Amino acid sequence: MTTSAEVLFALKVVYTIYAFAIMSLIGWFAYRVTKKPETYKTWLTPKVFYTYLGILVVVGVGIHILTYNKIPWVAWELKKHKIPADKEINITVKNHEFIFPEQTPINIKCGEVVKFNVVSEDLTYGFGLFRPDHSMVFQMQVVPGHNNELLWQFHEEGTFYVLSTEYSGPKGARMKVPEAFKVVGCNKQVSMEGRK
Amino acid sequence: MSIKDILINGNNGGLDHEGLSPLQKITLRFVVVGLIFYGVAAIEGMLMRGQEITPLPFIDDSHFFAIMTVHPIVGIFGSTYLLVFGAFLFLVPYLMKKPIFSIGLANFTWIIMSVGTVLVWLSGFVYHYAPLYTIYWPLPADFTQFSVVGAVMFVVGIAFIMIGTLAFIVNIYGTVFYTPKGQKKQPIKPLLMSAFGIDGFLNIVNKIRGKEPYVKEPPLSLPIVAIFRGTVDTFLDALVILGAGLLILFFIGNHVFQWGLHYHSVDALLYKNIFWWGLDLIADGLVLIYVAGTWYLLAMLITGRNLFMQNIARAALLLELIVSWAVWSHHLLSDQPQPEIMKLASGEMITAFELITQGLAFFITLTTLWLARPLKMTNELKFLLGGLLGFALAVPAGIIQADLGMNRILHNTQWVAGAHFHVAILVGLTMTLYSAIYILFPILTNNSVKLFSQRLANWHFWLHLLGGIGMGAFMGMAGIDGMLRRHVYTEGEFLGYMILAGICGAMILAAWFIFMFNIIATIGLKGLIGIFKPSQLKKDVIVPETAAAVQKG
Repeated sequence: MTTSAEVLFALKVVYTIYAFAIMSLIGWFAYRVTKKPETYKTWLTPKVFYTYLGILVVVGVGIHILTYNKIPWVAWELKKHKIPADKEINITVKNHEFIFPEQTPINIKCGEVVKFNVVSEDLTYGFGLFRPDHSMVFQMQVVPGHNNELLWQFHEEGTFYVLSTEYSGPKGARMKVPEAFKVVGCNKQVSMEGRK
Repeated sequence: MSIKDILINGNNGGLDHEGLSPLQKITLRFVVVGLIFYGVAAIEGMLMRGQEITPLPFIDDSHFFAIMTVHPIVGIFGSTYLLVFGAFLFLVPYLMKKPIFSIGLANFTWIIMSVGTVLVWLSGFVYHYAPLYTIYWPLPADFTQFSVVGAVMFVVGIAFIMIGTLAFIVNIYGTVFYTPKGQKKQPIKPLLMSAFGIDGFLNIVNKIRGKEPYVKEPPLSLPIVAIFRGTVDTFLDALVILGAGLLILFFIGNHVFQWGLHYHSVDALLYKNIFWWGLDLIADGLVLIYVAGTWYLLAMLITGRNLFMQNIARAALLLELIVSWAVWSHHLLSDQPQPEIMKLASGEMITAFELITQGLAFFITLTTLWLARPLKMTNELKFLLGGLLGFALAVPAGIIQADLGMNRILHNTQWVAGAHFHVAILVGLTMTLYSAIYILFPILTNNSVKLFSQRLANWHFWLHLLGGIGMGAFMGMAGIDGMLRRHVYTEGEFLGYMILAGICGAMILAAWFIFMFNIIATIGLKGLIGIFKPSQLKKDVIVPETAAAVQKG
């Protein structure tokens, strides 16, 4: 099962390659545009233009099709009303503090489908889980006056801390719950889709 | 000549401000004030970069977030809006060869927008009012954290900026549609058809059907169409921001006079939808449309030839306008109560059209330049290429985060702030504007000045380009590694990235100082002050005849 760490690593590699490619293209263009062409006959025809247009459409739509098939939490999000949760964790946020239903760290078994329901009683906050190396596992916005529910299935063992991922004024700029969740027993792979 | 003499008198006698028309002077006022606000925003940005490296002794959390609140407002409204509005208030009359609708209104525009920007800045500097530019409900009305006076000052400042924006819009529409005395009246219908790009669309349809073009020479040139189209979004955005300001003002009254209304009587999610619909008309509407229009204009002026695939470009601007009205949900992909269909349709699929529309503008501009080879690598060309590169980097970064899967792990990280919108604004937009400044400079100054130093202009270019891309890259990498954009880190979690981003930020600031020095040394402080003195020429003069003749020659 793909984890967010793997997706983030792939993004870093792919985007870096793209960035260097496009910078090289513009650099090459800047050099060549000042040179007299050997011939004024051009390959830049409307046909090339429409092909390029087609490529843009394929890339624009293709990104979403790719992530739907490769990133598991997209399907969890879209099918969240049909997937039963093994464990529900209700968290309240108020006065720039997270109020957990039990003492932290809360234990979660590997492969368990957990429904996080975070409710704000005053401002807009965020709810994000982070690994000890500070990389993000996931986050969501916590909008007051609404239930903010997220399904997640953990496939990596470890202890995760929580930050508010949305600004709620200077008082909320350091909102953190260290060692909030502990995931154990990740010796077998379980897929949420297979489970269903 | 000593440096002091050059700074006072300018290069070769500096700017002859007495020969400038009222419109030229007003345009230059917009530019000068816009560049000063850009410097203020750059200094604020550098303070934040410094704070991210090590806490600065004179900045606490409330001050830090007050800077973060005013930084985009000074940068976008104080600088970019003024630069763009000034350029367009000149270009529309210049390209349409008719006087501006109202000189007085144009003067009023830059003054009220500047006052508004200063008020917003003061609300942060003095009162630490810090709801950020996103003003998520009910934070702007949280008076346990913020002062009432600061909130009032902020709202009034924003209102002034939006009133100035509306004045600009009236002037643009007025200039497009009115008929000056002594000129033949133009019918409204073809103008409207052209302004919305419908004629370009019908030309494509007729071509497919093998018929004659709907119109061979559209009444409005392509840059005018882009300005008109972008101004529709500017208008709608101003209404939404003014509406948000009125709501905050109402809750200030509620707090002061104890009317007893709870802030939860406003649905935070509905508010967020309306707010982002309006704000996205800037980020995904007018910026992209104005930028595309500016690229087209620059490409045509640099090459002296028509645009490649002109009808497609016109139709694409119409598509961009419609797309910009329906993309706001990509800001709410991590809001769980937001309906999934909105996330998929508006947040993902329609947003993906921005890759297409901006990609088209990128291709059309580059091809127009390519077909005119060989070109001289002038300042306007190199800055235009920098601007194109900026958007080529930033738009795909935005498309990546506008995805349900990626947004779950990128939302509100430094990726969004760095790789996406700082590269878009600093490299893409600002370098495009620098290109416009360089190309309009001779027209606005009647060719009366010679650039003080080309070497300094080159330094400005490279420092800005490398600093902008570098800062965006290091912030973006920190974001991928989990760094949030609105959290205070105290344990050096992302120190390496922040030091590198800080160095790049310092390059951007240094680039601005070099540019300002070069420009002041070119026109001289006397010339600079002269811009703000009344013009001796008639109000309906766009460019003095002698200067226009020189330019044509």
